[in-house]
Amino acid sequence: MAEGENEVRWDGLCSRDSTTRETALETIRQIVLRKTEYLRSVKETPYRPSDGLSDAGSLDGLNKLLAHLLMLSKRCPFKDVREKSELILKSVQELGIRIPRPLGHGPSRFIPEKEILQVGSEDAQMHTLFADSFAALGRLDNITLVMVFHPQYLESFLKTQHYLLQMDGPLPLHYRHYIGIMAAARHQCSYLVNLHVNDFLHVGGDSKWLNGLENAPQKLQNLGELNKLLAHRPWLITKEHIEQLLKAEEHSWSLAELVHAVVLLTHYHSLASFTFGCGISPEIHCDGGHTFRPPSVNNYCICDITNGNHSVEENQVNSAGNVSISDSFFEVEALMEKMRQLQECRDEEEASQEEMASRFEIEKRESMFVFSSDDDEVTPARDISRHFEDTSYGYKDFSRHGMHVPTFRVQDYCWEDHGYSLVNRLYPDVGQLIDEKFHIAYNLTYNTMAMHKDVDTSMLRRAIWNYIHCMFGIRYDDYDYGEINQLLDRSFKVYIKTIVCTPEKVTKRMYDSFWRQFKHSEKVHVNLLLIEARMQAELLYALRAITRYMT
Amino acid sequence: MEKMSRVTTALSSSALTGHTMHCHLDAPANAISVCRDAAQVVVAGRSIFKIYAIEEEQFVEKLNLRVGRKPSLNLSCADVVWHQMDENLLATAATNGVVVTWNLGRPSRNKQDQLFTEHKRTVNKVCFHPSEAHVLLSGSQDGFMKCFDLRKKDSVSTFSGQSESVRDVQFSIRDYFTFASTFENGNVQLWDIRRPDRCERMFTAHNGPVFCCDWHPEDRGWLATGGRDKMVKVWDMTTQRAKEVHCVQTIASVARVKWRPECRHHLATCSMMVDHNIYVWDVRRPFVPAAMFEEHRDVTTGIAWRHPHDPSFLLSGSKDSTLCQHLFRDASQPVERANPEGLCYGLFGDLAFAAKESLVAAESGRKPYAGDRRHPIFFKRKLDPAEPFAGLASSALSVFEMEPGSGSMSWFVDTAERYALAGRPLAELCDHNSKVARELGRNQVAQTWTMLRIIYCSPGLVPTTNLNHSVGKGSSCGLPLMNSFNLKDMAQGLGSETRLDRSKGDTRSDTVLLDSSATLITNEDNEETEGSDVPADYLLGDVEGEEDELYLLDPDHAHTEEPEYVLPQEAFPLRHEIVDTPPGPENLQDKADSPHVSGSEADVASLAPMDSSFSLVSVSHALYDSRLPPDFFSALVCDMLRFYAEQGDVQMAVSVLIVLGERVRKDIDEQTQEHWYASYIDLLQRFCLWNVSNQVVKLSTSRAISCLNQASTTLHVNCSHCKRPMSSRGWVCDRCHRCASMCAVCHHVVKGLFVWCQGCSHGGHLQHIMKWLEGSSHCPAGCGHLCEYS
Repeated sequence: MAEGENEVRWDGLCSRDSTTRETALETIRQIVLRKTEYLRSVKETPYRPSDGLSDAGSLDGLNKLLAHLLMLSKRCPFKDVREKSELILKSVQELGIRIPRPLGHGPSRFIPEKEILQVGSEDAQMHTLFADSFAALGRLDNITLVMVFHPQYLESFLKTQHYLLQMDGPLPLHYRHYIGIMAAARHQCSYLVNLHVNDFLHVGGDSKWLNGLENAPQKLQNLGELNKLLAHRPWLITKEHIEQLLKAEEHSWSLAELVHAVVLLTHYHSLASFTFGCGISPEIHCDGGHTFRPPSVNNYCICDITNGNHSVEENQVNSAGNVSISDSFFEVEALMEKMRQLQECRDEEEASQEEMASRFEIEKRESMFVFSSDDDEVTPARDISRHFEDTSYGYKDFSRHGMHVPTFRVQDYCWEDHGYSLVNRLYPDVGQLIDEKFHIAYNLTYNTMAMHKDVDTSMLRRAIWNYIHCMFGIRYDDYDYGEINQLLDRSFKVYIKTIVCTPEKVTKRMYDSFWRQFKHSEKVHVNLLLIEARMQAELLYALRAITRYMT
Repeated sequence: MEKMSRVTTALSSSALTGHTMHCHLDAPANAISVCRDAAQVVVAGRSIFKIYAIEEEQFVEKLNLRVGRKPSLNLSCADVVWHQMDENLLATAATNGVVVTWNLGRPSRNKQDQLFTEHKRTVNKVCFHPSEAHVLLSGSQDGFMKCFDLRKKDSVSTFSGQSESVRDVQFSIRDYFTFASTFENGNVQLWDIRRPDRCERMFTAHNGPVFCCDWHPEDRGWLATGGRDKMVKVWDMTTQRAKEVHCVQTIASVARVKWRPECRHHLATCSMMVDHNIYVWDVRRPFVPAAMFEEHRDVTTGIAWRHPHDPSFLLSGSKDSTLCQHLFRDASQPVERANPEGLCYGLFGDLAFAAKESLVAAESGRKPYAGDRRHPIFFKRKLDPAEPFAGLASSALSVFEMEPGSGSMSWFVDTAERYALAGRPLAELCDHNSKVARELGRNQVAQTWTMLRIIYCSPGLVPTTNLNHSVGKGSSCGLPLMNSFNLKDMAQGLGSETRLDRSKGDTRSDTVLLDSSATLITNEDNEETEGSDVPADYLLGDVEGEEDELYLLDPDHAHTEEPEYVLPQEAFPLRHEIVDTPPGPENLQDKADSPHVSGSEADVASLAPMDSSFSLVSVSHALYDSRLPPDFFSALVCDMLRFYAEQGDVQMAVSVLIVLGERVRKDIDEQTQEHWYASYIDLLQRFCLWNVSNQVVKLSTSRAISCLNQASTTLHVNCSHCKRPMSSRGWVCDRCHRCASMCAVCHHVVKGLFVWCQGCSHGGHLQHIMKWLEGSSHCPAGCGHLCEYS
C-alpha cells in the first residue's frame, strides 16, 4: 500500500464553509480508517502494544494523525470538526488501536483549566478571532487561548503576527520562521521553537538548518550577534553592529530586511517571556502535549520536571495560598491605599531634582539585584541550545558583576515620534500595527482590581511599564521613580524581572506568589504589559542604532 | 542687557542684512525662538539653553541661562518661546513637566523667574499670547493644557484633552480668545480661552499624531498642521466645518511648520526623522518644494523666521548641535533639477505628453513639416505674476488620441499567422506572403515581397500581373531606390503617431478639460492654415478657495474677466493648436503622377505606420538588366529591412530575414538581427502567438535566439514525502527511496506522462486518469475533490 494517497490535507478544515469542512473530514476519516485497517491486517494479533518495528513508520504516521485529531477535537473553533474528530478517534479506539490523550492541565500550567475559556463557549467576537487564527495557522495555539482573556489585545496581536509571518515583507517565509526559532531559542523556549520548526519545514525550509545556526546561511549567522544582544543587553547595540550586518558583501542585509528581522526578533523574545510567564503548556499535537499511555501511570511530563513544576508542588502552593488569604486581601487594600495617597499628595511633597535623578538610578541598580532566591541552574535541553551559540551569555552575567547600564532618555528617542516613523518607512504598515498593539496594551483596563470595581489603574500600569523600561536603562524625565517602590512589592518585582530578563526561570511559585488576590485574567494582563514594554525597549535600542547608522 | 536691547532696536528699524551662516552649539538643540527685534535667538535643548546674538557675519553667544551647580531636569527643555511683546520674557517647557519663565531683566546671574509644576508629564509646547503680556499657555503629554497668568502663582485655567497627549498649542494671531491644540490621536481642537469646560470645535486632521500647527499670520482662518503621516495640511477654519484647503505630502513625519512672512502661500517644514532638510513649500504646488535648505547633518528640531515681516531669513537649530541662519536666496531649488517632461498613456491608448512650453514651441515653430499629424489638444495657461514658478512651470500638454480601431493589431496577428516563412521555394514564399499582405490591405508590404521575388528569383518568371500595384510603370524590374528625402519625410509623418479626431467629440478623453476644449478649439477646418501660432489664450484656472473646478474660458471672455486666478494644483497649460499642414512633399506636387500617398489619407493604425503615407519608389532608371546578380541589390534590401525595423514593423524585417536566409544575413550585423528577432518574438508572445514565436525561434540562425528554445526545459520535481527535490530520476526519491509519483488509479509508478489535478494534486497515468474521469467526477485517490480534466 502506497503512502502517497494517504497524504492528509488539513487545510480543508480551516474553511469557513461547513460543507467543505465536512468533506475534508470525511476524507481524513477514510484515510485514518484505512491506515488502521492496514496496521491491523499486517499484525495478526489484533491488539498489541505499539512496538511493531517493521511498521514503525506507518504507525508513527498514524500516531501523528491521531494526535492531530486529538488537537482538533479539543481546539478547533468549529463545533462540527470537534465532534467529528472525536468520533473518528472513538472509532479508531474501537478497532483496538490506542488513541492519545492530552497531557497537562489545559493551555497553561499556571492557570487552572477551568479558569480558561473553553473552546466552544466563546462569544461571537471571540469566535471570529478563533476562526481567523485557525484559518491562518490551521491550529488554535495555547497562547491564543490564554490571551483571549483580553480579546481586544488578542485581535491586534494576531493581526500583527499574521502580518509579520505571512504577509508581504522583505524576508522570505522560511527566514521569518527561522528568525523566530533563533529568538525563541535564546530563551530556551521549547514551546515556540517546536511550533516554528513545524512551520519552518512547512514553508519549505531546509531541515539541515535546524541542526544549528552554523548550518544556516551566513546571512542568518550574522544575525546571531544582534539576537544575543537584543535579548540580553540591548543597550550595547551600536551603529557598528548595524553596519556589520548591512555591509557584509554577499551576505549583507538590506535595511528593510533588517527592520523586519529586528521586529521578528523582538516579537519572539517577548513572546517567549509570555510563554514562560503564563506557563504555556506544549501544544496537544506536539511532543509532550499528548501521551498514548493510559492515565495514572505518570502524571507529569518532561517539561514539568525541567521547570521544577511537579504537580505535587501545585498543592503546596495552593495550601500556602489558603493560609495567607487574609493577608493577601489586605495586600490589595494596601496597594489601593498607596495609589490613592500618591494621587493626592503628589503636589505636596516636592522632590528635588537630584532626588528624582537618584531615584531612577537606585531603581535601575536595584532592579539588577532583584532575583528570585532559588536561582537554580537550568541547563537548556540539547535540542534547543543548538539553535544559538554562546549559551552562557545571558542577562545575569552583567547583573552579577553590577555592570553599568547607560541611561536612555525617552524624550530624545521615543517610539511614537521616532521609532514608528523609521519602522513604517522601511517596512510599511508594520509600524502602524505595532503602534496599535502598544497602545492597546498600555491603555487596556477594565477599571477593576481584584474584587474592586471602578479603579483607575493607570498609575499602576504606568509603574509597571516604566519599571520594565527602567531595567533596560530607559528613563522618562517626567516620571517619579519613587512611585515604583511604593506600588510594586518585592515578589512582584521578582516576577517581572525574571519574566523580562530570564523568562526560562519562571516557576509556578513565582506566578502564584505575587498579587495573590488578583484574578488570573489580571495576571495575564500584567504579562501583556510586560511583553509589550519589553518589545518596545528592545525596539528602541535597535532602531536608535539604525537611525544613527543612517545619519 | 539695557545696552543690548538698545542696539537691537536700532537694528530692527533698518532692513535686515546677513549671510547664510552657522555656529556650533555644545549640545543638540530641541527648539529655538527669536526675539521680536530679530537680532537675538534663544536655543534650548536637553543640555543647552543659550541666547545668541545674530550679527552680520556670525552668531555671538550672549548669555548662558543654564546656571547653577547641578544641572536640573527643569533645564532640560523640550520647547522654548520668546515673548513677542516683551523682549525680556522667555518661557521654556521642561521634559519633566515643569514650565519655567525667565526674566532677562533680573540683575542676578540666574534669570529664572517662575516655576509651574502643575503638569504631570513632559510639557511639549509653550506659547505666549500674541498681544497679552502675561498670558502663557502650555500643552503636555498628560493630556492637559494650562493657561497661566504670569502675575499669579498657579494656572488660571486648565483645558482637558481627554487624556490624549497634547503636542502643540498655538494662540490664534487674529482672534484674541482662540487657541488651537493638536493631539497624539490625530485630532485638532479649537478652544476659547474663557471656556475651559469644553472645546469649541474638534476635528480629525491626521492619521496618527499631529506634531505641530501654525496659524497663518495674515489670513485669520488658516491653520497649517503637520503630522506623523508625513502630511502638511492647511485648514480653513472660517467655515462651519474645518475644511482642508491644501495638502502637502512630504517624505518624512513633519515636526515643525511655520508660515513664511509676507508670502501668503509659503510655509517652512522640517521633519522629525530621517530627513534633515528644511523645506519651504508653496502650498499650491504640493509636490515639489519651492526651496530647500540642506545645511544640517542631523534632524532639524527648531525653525523660526527671523523677522515677522522679512521673508528671506530663516533660523534653524538641529540635533547635530548647530544653529543656522539660512538666506532664502541661497536655498537650493528642487524645481530647477526637476525634469519638466511627462508622458503618460491613458486607459484607451491615448497618449499625453507635457513638456516645457519653450521646448515645444521652439520645436513646432522650427519644423512645420509636411505630414505632421501630431495634433494635440493645447492648453495655454495665463501666468499668474504671483506664481513662484512662473518661468519653470509653464508647460505645454499635448494629447494624442487613438483613432477608433487603430488600437487593433489584428493585421499583425493575421500576418503572423498566415505568413509562410520556410518549407517552400523562395519564389513561392514571396508570392504567398505578398498575397497575404495584399489581402490585409497592406499594399506596400505586398509590393516589397513582390520585389524581393523579382530580385532574387529568375526575373523571367515574374508575371507582370503581380505588379499591379507597382510604382515603376510597366517595368518588369523596378529598382526600389529609396529617395532619401522621401524617407525622411515619411519618418516624420509616421512618427507623429495618430491624429486627433476632434470632430468626433470623443468622450474617451477622460477629463472635462479635453471635452470642452474639443468644442472650443477649431478643428479640421484650419488644417490648411500654415504657421498656426495663433495665440489662443485659453485659460485654465481655478478660483481660489473654491473646489478644484476647472474652467475653460473662451478667449474672448478671458480678457474681460479680471481674474486673480491661481493655478489649480495640477493644471496643464493651454496651448494653441498646431495645425495640420498638408503633407505634400515639395518636390512631387502632382499626386496623380507620384506614387505618394498623402498623409492625410492615411488612416491606418499608428502601430502599422509603414502603411500610411508611404511614398516609396521613384524610378530613376527605367530598366535594369535582368542579368544583374542578386548580390547587387543586397545593400538595398538591407536598407529596406532597416527601414522597416525602424518604422516599428519588425515583423516585416524578421520575416524577410528568415525568408531570404543566407542571401542577406551576412550584410546585417549579428546584433541587429538578434535585436529584431528578440523584439518580434516578444511581440508575438504578447499576442499569445506561441506557435509562430516558436517557429521564428527555430528558424532563426542567431545563436542567442535559437537557444531560447532550450532554456528552462527542465522540470524540477520534489518528492511528495520528504519535500526534497528529486535529482536523478523523476520517479524515485533518492532520500526516502520511495516512489513519488504513483498513479492514483493503478497504483503503479508513473514514468511517462504524469497528469494531476491542480485542485487536489492527485494524479497518475494520462490514460488512466482520462478513463477514470469519464466514469466518475471524483478524484480517484478518494480525497473527495471534484477533479476536472480538460
